[in-house]
Amino acid sequence: MTEEIIIAGFGGQGVLSMGKIMAYSGIMQDMEVSWMPSYGPEMRGGTANVTVILSDERISSPILRTFDTAVILNQQSLDKFEKAVKPGGTLIYDGNGITRHPERDDIAVYRIDATEEAAKLESSKTFNMVVLGGYLKIKPVLKLENVITGLKKSLPERYHHLLPMNEKALSRGMEIIKKLN
Amino acid sequence: MEKELRLMKGNEAIAEAAIRAGTDGYFGYPITPQSEVLEYLMAEKPHERTGMVVLQAESEVAAINMVYGGAGCGKKIMTSSSSPGISLKQEGITYIAGAELPCLILNVVRGGPGLGTIQPAQSDYFQATKGGGHGDYHLIVLAPSSVQEMADFVELAYDLAFKYRNPAMILSDGAIGQMMEKVWLKPQKERSKEAPAWATTGKTPDRERNIITSLDLDSNKQEQFNIKLQDKYREMKEKEVRYEEFQCDDAEYLLVAYGTSARVCQKAIQLAREEGIKAGLLRPITLFPFPTKEIRRMADQVKGMLSVEMSAGQMVEDVRLAVNGKVPVEHFGRMGGIVTNAEEVVESLKTKIIGG
Repeated sequence: MTEEIIIAGFGGQGVLSMGKIMAYSGIMQDMEVSWMPSYGPEMRGGTANVTVILSDERISSPILRTFDTAVILNQQSLDKFEKAVKPGGTLIYDGNGITRHPERDDIAVYRIDATEEAAKLESSKTFNMVVLGGYLKIKPVLKLENVITGLKKSLPERYHHLLPMNEKALSRGMEIIKKLN
Repeated sequence: MEKELRLMKGNEAIAEAAIRAGTDGYFGYPITPQSEVLEYLMAEKPHERTGMVVLQAESEVAAINMVYGGAGCGKKIMTSSSSPGISLKQEGITYIAGAELPCLILNVVRGGPGLGTIQPAQSDYFQATKGGGHGDYHLIVLAPSSVQEMADFVELAYDLAFKYRNPAMILSDGAIGQMMEKVWLKPQKERSKEAPAWATTGKTPDRERNIITSLDLDSNKQEQFNIKLQDKYREMKEKEVRYEEFQCDDAEYLLVAYGTSARVCQKAIQLAREEGIKAGLLRPITLFPFPTKEIRRMADQVKGMLSVEMSAGQMVEDVRLAVNGKVPVEHFGRMGGIVTNAEEVVESLKTKIIGG
């Protein structure tokens, strides 16, 4: 099994940390993992993206042109990466602020209103965990218990009191994701 | 510190590996995309773990001269920078090579020339392998292509540097520095308490004075020294070549690539083979000494070679020298901080080698 994922959105949405939690969880399942971020000026207030690869085999290129799954969190990223999903692949996007929706019919398109859900949870910082929950519902390549341990590892101890809230966000994400085509 | 599995960036992995390898001192100055090396070391406070000194110098020039001083005392000393900073260090590096001192220099390469870009590139190959500073000298150059190798090559670089009394460079790039992968870290090694016989640690009555210099005004003596250096480089070429073959056994076409490009080429080979093109990869691990004989041997087997580098084509010259006209050798690579992708490598192999 090899799952090649791009997660893309605004800097500050938790794109990179979502990828990191996935990579940690992959290691806990004895997978090979790679996490390749965009870095530099594009992160500061602009777009941020990370390529995460989870595989049972040695990973070749950590940098890719096409992906099994794209997790898209803003319009710019949708414009850039919709065409980068492999035929038969999966696109998950947050509808917030999207004016031009995905158009491809050769891929599975899912919508998750994670911005809205995070607002309901009264914690905008759990946004990326709502998204991750949605992803895991569609692509159960990682076990939820490992994701929660991964979350614990990537969060500094002073934030561990927020773990229950994040777990709730994960399960809400699983509930609200919906298929569009 | 026991053997340990971690998820780390290449820059963090090399910093942690440096502490565990028993490095005595690190001197550096921040620059993207390698600042995590210095940041990690500062946060980790290795002086509390092993007594290792970590210092942010006032400039790259100061840092490399601190390396020169520390190395002269026989210590395991390291510095790191990225392309423009490595250019600043070149004067110090040629002095260190001329004084025959071991040390470890990390270059996390970004695009150039000048300040260029902060994104990954491999355009410092000439500088790393052909000298860099003035005078007839070479560095030992190791090219990691994974986070694991960023960590593993620290000890290898020190071993080779001390064996040959020669500076060693780890030539990485922004992609390997910034990406996270699994890495097995080795247990903590104790810092050496003994200095090598040549180190300038204060003269004792039972021996002659040790002198460390790169200056000899007597041309006859200087020529003898140059011959000695060349003998040393020849010995490295005989004994220290390291490389990895990937699907070479039945290959009809050979890709030659190091570092990040070698990872991209592994994917390209997978794509090419799905189309029935039998491609293989030879990945030089040591860029100096270069795997000349191994590439020459492959020239008897394959119909053509493509050197894939994130540059305008630098290593391709060494590949051509090795092949010596036996089969066509072409270059493919993106520049300016753009990482080549596997699909365009396959396309280039088809148009430049197979179709050509």
